[in-house]
Amino acid sequence: MTTEKQEILAQLRKQLLEVQGCKPAPIANGDGFGLGPVEACFPTKVFPTGTIHEFLAANPEDTAASEGFIAGLLAKLMENGSSCLWISRNRKLFPPSLETFGTDPQQIIFIDLYSTKEILWVMEEALKCEGLACVIAELSDIDFAQSRRLQLATEKSHVTGFLLRKEPKFSLSATACSARWQIKPAPTEIINGIPGVGNPRWEVNLLKVKNGEGGRFLIEWAENRFAPLVAEPQIIKKEERGLIA
Amino acid sequence: MSRYLSIYFTNLLGDYLAIKKPELKDQVYVFTMSQKNRIMVTAASRKAEKQGIFASMVLADAKAIVPDILAFDDKIDFNKRLLIRIAKWAIRYSPIVAIDLPDGIILDSSGCSHLLGGEEKYLETIITKLKESGYNCRGAISDTIGTSWAIARLGKKSPIIASGQQYNALLNLPPMALRLEQPIIERLHKLGFDKIGKFIQLPASMLRRRFGNEILLRLGQALGTEEETITPIIVKAPYEERLYCLEPIRTKPAIEIAIEKLLHELCDRLEKEGLGIRSAELKGYRLDGRVTETKIGTNQPTYKVPHLAKLFELKIDKIEPALGIELFILTATKTEPVLIHQEKLWSGKPGLADQNLAQLLDRLAGKIGPQAIRRYIPQAHYWPERSLRPAISLDEKTDVKWQTSNPRPMEMLHRPAAIQVTAPIPDYPPMNFRYRDELHMVAKADGPERIEQEWWMAKGEHRDYYILEDDKGRRYWVFRSGHYNEEGSAWFLHGFFA
Repeated sequence: MTTEKQEILAQLRKQLLEVQGCKPAPIANGDGFGLGPVEACFPTKVFPTGTIHEFLAANPEDTAASEGFIAGLLAKLMENGSSCLWISRNRKLFPPSLETFGTDPQQIIFIDLYSTKEILWVMEEALKCEGLACVIAELSDIDFAQSRRLQLATEKSHVTGFLLRKEPKFSLSATACSARWQIKPAPTEIINGIPGVGNPRWEVNLLKVKNGEGGRFLIEWAENRFAPLVAEPQIIKKEERGLIA
Repeated sequence: MSRYLSIYFTNLLGDYLAIKKPELKDQVYVFTMSQKNRIMVTAASRKAEKQGIFASMVLADAKAIVPDILAFDDKIDFNKRLLIRIAKWAIRYSPIVAIDLPDGIILDSSGCSHLLGGEEKYLETIITKLKESGYNCRGAISDTIGTSWAIARLGKKSPIIASGQQYNALLNLPPMALRLEQPIIERLHKLGFDKIGKFIQLPASMLRRRFGNEILLRLGQALGTEEETITPIIVKAPYEERLYCLEPIRTKPAIEIAIEKLLHELCDRLEKEGLGIRSAELKGYRLDGRVTETKIGTNQPTYKVPHLAKLFELKIDKIEPALGIELFILTATKTEPVLIHQEKLWSGKPGLADQNLAQLLDRLAGKIGPQAIRRYIPQAHYWPERSLRPAISLDEKTDVKWQTSNPRPMEMLHRPAAIQVTAPIPDYPPMNFRYRDELHMVAKADGPERIEQEWWMAKGEHRDYYILEDDKGRRYWVFRSGHYNEEGSAWFLHGFFA
């Protein structure tokens, strides 16, 4: 293959990534979401917005950790004052706690539904609405076709979608999401020797990344921003890439 | 010029019973009501009328003519209720329909008849439909209610009186065509005035002296020189559009077209007046006499046809056309002013004021119901369950701030779950706790944070909250209800921290 052809191919690949939500890294305010090494896992070294991410949660503790992590991401996504939709069934999220992670709970519209079918319908409709920063849906399982529909909707509108999969039954099945995460709570560090519970800290497992390599990270929420604690990710073995109990 | 259609039911109650009980069709029966200790006939079947039995006869007399006559009780105002029902059906032919006691209805047919291809066709359609359903009736159209009334009941020639021809139409009718009281009619007959034509030319002062003011009023009303109004059974809403379908429609695309057409007309008017729809209602008048109703609501006043059409589209599946829908009526039940400049400013602006978001929520509310959509704003209470409340509107704001002095859990249980706890000494955090059969060893703890019950609102113990982290790094929010108790305090798990 000539170099010319290779260049064209590289160019096309780049365009494809852009369509799928991976924008090239901004030059000016370079730190993005402040996730450091986590963002380096993605093909363009940027946390992809305008695409679908899925978060697996094996138990309520995982759910709470994922919600905290998502709230931290929302703070950045909703920086310009835009709002987001939180769709759930049997929601236990306590809105005032979002304030801890820099997200204004008043800007969030909660939609409480009973069936997965309705949740998916609302999510798809919401993802088509360009004025939103983000759409979050809580459900347990989603099949490939359903996730593909959502992914196509985001590619048009560039609205970011998060799927919070609580206690999933088929955690290994393929989806069209651009990343699969599992956030687990991690033991906190005592601050300045004062007894008590420290800053929220998570074990962030990036199980799957489209066109990229995942890994395991330790991230803390301190002074209203993410603080990655290790520079190099711990590699997750192929057989461990399912739901971590 | 107004045109009025008067419909006269020759035997309203009799026909009604014949429709309800077809087996009575060839029977002699009457409706009776007791008046002044006598049982009077109030209505008679057609067969009974042939035998010489009429309303206002005493039942005993009727029994003398037909010994085995069937008598049914007539209820007070039954004919009125029946007429209202028929009038509601007739709404599909004109927006203004009134009942005309005791035995007729009046339609304001101005500007309606061309929809069915002219007055003759219009009248024929209505009368045929009524006859098909079993009511014997006659109708007439003219410029005035009075003349239409007279021609419907006593006219012998054409039922349609051309505009301005009331005078000629009335000449050959008897005086009772003028809706006069019985004594006046009798006096007129006594004096030889057996036709209106014989006294219509007499000077007004003479008529007034001999017959009172009423005869002049009634003559004037029939000729159109005096005003006469009717009270419509359903008052026309200020923002209403109707669409009459030439053929009854029953397919989804046809209903969509109908909705779009109506919305265009309604929204054009609203836009000119600077108003937007907050709620609207679509009524479909079905061939079988039923009416389907579809309602929509919006978060912000709007006159955008595509958006409103989308809201209706979500509900089309619930419209049952059955045999077909003849008429659609779209009413804007609630309107609010739209500020034109506001719209320019707000479209494309991110946040809750975004028009796209309002439209999205309208669509969602149409499908899943508005009760499923919530937004929360803080409330000035420390008690966790009461520290927030659902906002009433999308743009509701409050001066109260979120309580951020103490951390709150990400996930909170709807009802605190009871746990078994080992706590060393009073007001110390627990050493371990058992939740759902799992023993959690507490590694780190924060607290207590005492939250008092608001005694003016609810009874109960205060809560002492602790943030606990177990040996695996999982963080929980637990509380002890009330003071430390040596015999065992009540401990609960209330939430999970991120």
